[in-house]
Amino acid sequence: MSKQYETVIGLEVHVELATKTKIFCSCSTEFGGAPNTHTCPVCTGMPGSLPVLNKKVVELALAVGLATNCQINQYCKFDRKNYFYPDNPQNYQISQLYLPICHDGGIEIETSAGKKVVGIHEIHMEEDAGKLIHDEWDDCSLVDFNRSGVPLIEIVSEPDMRSAEEVIAYLDKLRLIIQYLGASDCKLQEGSMRADVNLSVREVGASEYGTRTEMKNLNSFKAIARAIEGERARQIELIEEGGQVIQETRRWDDTKEQSYAMRSKEDAQDYRYFPDPDLVPVMISDEWISSIRGNQPELRNEKMVRYKEQYDIPEYDISIITGSKHLADLFEETVAICKNPKKVSNWIMVETMRLLKEHDLEPEQIRFSPENLAKLILLVESKAINGNVAKEVFEKVFDKDIDPEKYVEENGLKSVNDEGALRATIERIVEENPKSIEDYKSGKTKAMGFLVGQTMKEMKGKADPGMINKILKEVLDQL
Amino acid sequence: MANIISDETIEYVGILAKLELSDAEKEQAKKDMGSMLDYIDKLNELDTTGVEPMSHVFPVHNVFREDVIVNGDQRDIVLANAPEEKEGCFKVPKTVE
Repeated sequence: MSKQYETVIGLEVHVELATKTKIFCSCSTEFGGAPNTHTCPVCTGMPGSLPVLNKKVVELALAVGLATNCQINQYCKFDRKNYFYPDNPQNYQISQLYLPICHDGGIEIETSAGKKVVGIHEIHMEEDAGKLIHDEWDDCSLVDFNRSGVPLIEIVSEPDMRSAEEVIAYLDKLRLIIQYLGASDCKLQEGSMRADVNLSVREVGASEYGTRTEMKNLNSFKAIARAIEGERARQIELIEEGGQVIQETRRWDDTKEQSYAMRSKEDAQDYRYFPDPDLVPVMISDEWISSIRGNQPELRNEKMVRYKEQYDIPEYDISIITGSKHLADLFEETVAICKNPKKVSNWIMVETMRLLKEHDLEPEQIRFSPENLAKLILLVESKAINGNVAKEVFEKVFDKDIDPEKYVEENGLKSVNDEGALRATIERIVEENPKSIEDYKSGKTKAMGFLVGQTMKEMKGKADPGMINKILKEVLDQL
Repeated sequence: MANIISDETIEYVGILAKLELSDAEKEQAKKDMGSMLDYIDKLNELDTTGVEPMSHVFPVHNVFREDVIVNGDQRDIVLANAPEEKEGCFKVPKTVE
């Protein structure tokens, strides 16, 4: 390949807002209800039903816009995007085209290539569609409208990214901001954050953009990175062979690591947008904007500074813990109970991270409660259990959020801190191992280790190693 | 009539609206759409310099709902309007993208 190519990427990110009810009706947005149990005439598009805007949606959209340095359209309104598809009961989606709530913002990202700002073209509010389930036996499709009308914001970036690394950095930053704001949980796996990748290639130095494709169905950061590499290679190969990239929507199949065309933009993607007459305009006053700005929760950078001052834990730990809202909350809530930031940080940084990696989980998928982690830490601190037992118990906490106090009690894992009983056991073990005594007397420290090990084995791992050492030394030195 | 609608336009609009029109209906639609556009041309004769585009006929704004769940499970009522239902869902012809 003689020519050098540059990849140009822009993202459309859909985020499900963390409201209790849908955007235009009072149905629950809760995930996982039985099909169509969270529906009403509005979100199933019945004739004569009227949408009424959820105020919280505007507030969350504003919060995200302000946190991403956007301008606010203080006069904004909703438009209808017309298309036919069975998951869209009205035959139009209520969205914003002409006057989206936020525009012209941007966030700073940092990659191995340095810092740069990725521009945000606009953020608009819209409603989600229903879900289609394909029935293979009956040769039909089944529609569940529980998701229909769930509030979304779509964050449209400028085509400012040039590599998969920049895309991941942008998404990561965006996700953190939104999670910290409490505007969404942003779970890619569950679809509360979805990214469509618009990608084109051009020769390095070219001033015009190449023809772009849009890729959908990307549900993890890894899939996004693979899809970007795959699509870049596909487009370059096409161009090198003298072909042309067609503007189309493609679906990424992550198991096959391949994309295929969904629909060409040429055939009838004419949405005939027009203002929705059922919804009145939204006027956002300066006061409303300042009150949203004033109520903005602590974001990551502020949290990092505070952790350093308040908790005195290593900077690396701070960056990992604040790298996930869920971890940061877990950390703070656990510290509030057991008052030991260093120990809490250690349990998160070492054992929690190890188990997350082992099970290929994200921090957001942690199920255990701060109460149970705090109890475990207090058990170790009071020497009720030793370090090895604690690790064992923690695996149970991590898996099933068990109560460590109860578990230790029920399984007889409490350390034996009865000095008399321990001394008796040690004296017996020493007696049974005359060879070790000789070795010890001749200065072989290994013998000491062997005897500690034997004692621990005898105590079924439940003794305090410090206490064994102390007594053993006394016993041996008396001989 | 000043605006003449072409056969291609009627065909395209028909596809967008998912309408199957007979030849007679197409001719009628061409006439109707032509006169609608004529009317818009008439409106366009008015000088609207300095007038803000109107986005709603009522001088009302900020009609909101609080974020409180009011609706319970009304699946049976909602599904009563389904042409066909199966397993608590609306049953439709197989649609795969």
